[in-house]
Amino acid sequence: MSNLLSLTTFLPVLGVLLLLFIPKDSKGTLRNVTFATTVVTFLVSLPIMFGFQTNAEFQFVENVPWIAAGPFKMRYFIGIDGISLWLVMLTTFIMPIAVLSTYTAVEEKVKEYMILLLLLETGMLGAFISLDMFLFYIFWEVMLIPMYFMIGIWGGKNRIYAAVKFFIYTMVGSLLMLVALMYLYFKGLEAGFTNFGLLQFFNLNLPLSTQTWLFLAFALAFAIKVPMFPLHTWLPDAHTEAPTAGSVILAAILLKMGTYGYVRFAIPLFPEAAHKFAPLIATLAVIGIIYAALVAMVQEDVKKLVAYSSVAHLGFVMLGVFAFNVEGITGGMLQMINHGISTGALFLIVGFIYERRHTRLITDFGGLSKQMPVFATIFMIVTFSSIGLPGTNGFVGEFLVLIGAFESQLRWWTVIASSGVILSAVYMLWVFQRVMFGELDNPKNQKLADLNAREISIMVPLIIMIFVMGIYPKPFIDTMEPAIKKLVSQVRTTRMSARSDSLPAIPAGHPGMPAAPASAPLPEGHAPSAVNPHHPQ
Amino acid sequence: MEALSFQQALQQSILSANLIPILPEILLSVLAMVLLLVNVFAPAGQKSYLNYISFFGIVVTGILVAVGWGGHIESFSGSVVLDNFATFFKLIFLVSAGLAILIADQYMEREGCNHGELYPLILFTVVGMMLMASGTDLMTIFLGLEVMSVSLYVLAGFNRGSIKSNEAGLKYFLLGAFSTGFLLYGMALIYGATGTTRIAKIAVQVGQMSLPSANIMLLAGMLLMLTGFAFKVAAAPFHMWTPDVYEGAPTPITAFMSAGPKAAGFAAALRIFLVALPTMQVEWSQVFWVLAVLTMTVGNITALRQDNIKRMLAYSSIAHAGYALVGFAAGNPTGTAGILFYMLSYSFMNIGAFAIIILVGKKGESNGTVQDFAGFGVKHPVLAVAMSIFLFSLAGMPPTAGFIGKFYLFSGAVQKGYIWLAIIGVLNSAASVYYYLRVMVYMYMKDSTEEFDWMQLTVPMALCVAIAVAGSLIPGIVPSFILQFAQQAVRLI
Repeated sequence: MSNLLSLTTFLPVLGVLLLLFIPKDSKGTLRNVTFATTVVTFLVSLPIMFGFQTNAEFQFVENVPWIAAGPFKMRYFIGIDGISLWLVMLTTFIMPIAVLSTYTAVEEKVKEYMILLLLLETGMLGAFISLDMFLFYIFWEVMLIPMYFMIGIWGGKNRIYAAVKFFIYTMVGSLLMLVALMYLYFKGLEAGFTNFGLLQFFNLNLPLSTQTWLFLAFALAFAIKVPMFPLHTWLPDAHTEAPTAGSVILAAILLKMGTYGYVRFAIPLFPEAAHKFAPLIATLAVIGIIYAALVAMVQEDVKKLVAYSSVAHLGFVMLGVFAFNVEGITGGMLQMINHGISTGALFLIVGFIYERRHTRLITDFGGLSKQMPVFATIFMIVTFSSIGLPGTNGFVGEFLVLIGAFESQLRWWTVIASSGVILSAVYMLWVFQRVMFGELDNPKNQKLADLNAREISIMVPLIIMIFVMGIYPKPFIDTMEPAIKKLVSQVRTTRMSARSDSLPAIPAGHPGMPAAPASAPLPEGHAPSAVNPHHPQ
Repeated sequence: MEALSFQQALQQSILSANLIPILPEILLSVLAMVLLLVNVFAPAGQKSYLNYISFFGIVVTGILVAVGWGGHIESFSGSVVLDNFATFFKLIFLVSAGLAILIADQYMEREGCNHGELYPLILFTVVGMMLMASGTDLMTIFLGLEVMSVSLYVLAGFNRGSIKSNEAGLKYFLLGAFSTGFLLYGMALIYGATGTTRIAKIAVQVGQMSLPSANIMLLAGMLLMLTGFAFKVAAAPFHMWTPDVYEGAPTPITAFMSAGPKAAGFAAALRIFLVALPTMQVEWSQVFWVLAVLTMTVGNITALRQDNIKRMLAYSSIAHAGYALVGFAAGNPTGTAGILFYMLSYSFMNIGAFAIIILVGKKGESNGTVQDFAGFGVKHPVLAVAMSIFLFSLAGMPPTAGFIGKFYLFSGAVQKGYIWLAIIGVLNSAASVYYYLRVMVYMYMKDSTEEFDWMQLTVPMALCVAIAVAGSLIPGIVPSFILQFAQQAVRLI
């Protein structure tokens, strides 16, 4: 099928249309329809994964004109490579789980909640597959709206504060990126480009000073989303107040937008500036790792603890990405997926006990393992995954990140960051111990029911993924690697060519990097051999 | 100027009087006068049909205007022109007037001031605005402006029983007259410097000057005119009248005033500055740069603290004039076409928002607060979604028309090299999000204290909301069509 990506992306919107006709009181139907929509979306996305060919090209490309007025031409230009493939799959994989987790958690305004969940899925998928920068920006902003309402309407005590803070924080960053986008576009026009297609801009050799400003604008938008220290303060608020499904999606997918933004946009577009700022960003990432781990350690609220652990984990991702070598970026990408799975699972776990006890304070618990053995087992596996125990997915990603970063210019940063691995073990194991072991002294905890079938079935896919990715990560790495290798070589060659003016922008004969004639047309729809990303679109 | 005897001049102007360019104006004027007469003989308390007739008249005029797209006819010895620029703006005026008429009946009935003169006055305002957009002579533009302003003064004070409405009328009149003085003085100085009031001839005269900015009379004339227009579009620091007038005026009129006349001010100013004074762009674009920054910032910062929702939208409308001024400062096709697109989108989203405000308001309680919206999202989900769309569009979130409009305005500035202006613009935009979100916070995230059982959704009201939703959403998703029209419109002036 030629437009499989579009189908996957917009299926949730079809589900929304369906939901509109269901009366708001039939909550069961609403939930089931939403769940079915997300499951169908996942099933539809499976052929993308199986049909994906292991090479560096963009696949499942669709490219049709969209807006053309004045100096601007925007296209509906989408496609995936090894980098975005797994994020798309993560999204379609997590969504049914998130929906299933709301079956008992959300009782009020079910219809609105389900509609927002589905809209959010479309927004996220759209952002991962966009290859037109304007289209990307649209999806990037659209995602904010459902998330804002989810936090603000179904959240906890401070929900309004958290929702508004989340919205405005992200908005400020993205609007500055918008100005940078405009500027970049006009620079492209000068170079003979005619539209917003992303890939041609990788060949745009901008002077370092221009790159610096543009990089900063992009980096700010993405850094807020990641979130990086010191721009992370919206995250604990948003996470703590959001309903469980909201937290799961926020942690598992939305935060990846930021790191994905670096990999897809900020670094390849402005490679020199990225190199220039790598030490600064690595410093912030390392501070984030250590600081967030220390803060997580003293949290009394389990959910807040998990939220801070997110900041630390994403610090690792950033460190890997800014190592600018294949190992580092592969590790970063894997860590993005891993974090999606394990932190998503952690938020679900917090949701389970919150539904039972309506408290998340660590001191209210203790000894739960006696009462809830299944829960304890699952929690333990997820905890191990989160701290990166060998055999679980967390280990592979973290290991690659550290190797990659150690071999790069970021050696000393890596040394410090490694202590974060230990710190994460400290806070995770400590919270596990305090919640699960010890005396079952609180009478309210003595009658807690163990996980039911629905809850177990939510967790099983995640547990499976934790082990699959931990024991046999090869298929994941193999599909990512070509795209990442290309990214790395692209960044290196652009840098080298920028340094010595005498060299051509792209070394002749370099595989995968032919100097394409400017008039080369891009085939519309899916081209099986995929599209050479260096053709101007 | 060549010497003509009075008789010769008269002959010439009658001979060259092609009525086609002003056919829409004629049609609306006749309709307005007929309505005035009908109103005298109609039984009191039965004024609703005037509403339908005038809406119908607007639609017919709209079709007539749209037919003229692509044409270029000069008339009255070149003091009026039919071109795409005028046509585009005329459609904006008709949209804003049509939507305002749709929401007027219910409000005026509720407030007990449904006098029949309302609709003729709105139509006269539209006639004035149309003359402003199609005038190619300073005098025509001034005439149009006066027709518009005088009708608006009356409209602002239309609710005779309300002190605030009276205050609005008087304040608007006094400050409006003052600003008209500036404008006229500026025009006089331009005439003194160039010897003509025809815009095209001014351009020739100014073009021949080696250093136009050294001509003090010309420079002063330009700045005075600029001040006059800044008053009309409510640009800071000439915005002081706006909040009081917008708050006091009957809500449908506020909705209308914030969209139509503001667009008319931009239409006239664009034509004068881009056609007559392009050689002085360096000078005026700097002034507009400063005005844009001031207007956006003052509007947004003041709007942040408003509880009264009409006042909030009044300040936000100042901010929106500021965004449009960004495009003006850029002065390139991207930016100016952005103004056209933005003014059209703004008419939809802003009047749509005012329609919801009228619906939520109770009798006599025309000045609702943000808090009145508590729980609205639960009680009236469809209308609340519509309101959210308007607010997101005002805030400039994709995928709405407001976003595309701002995108073109700001990218015009970037293209011109005014990066900082664009940055200040987007930061303002981010600040504005706060107060638009605040309404949504009350709509969706606070529990309702009211049942909203007094609300009645009449057919015209529903029609207005539906049109406004379509107008704020569709151009956000498939904007090419309108954007291309806007591009063509600015290409021809």
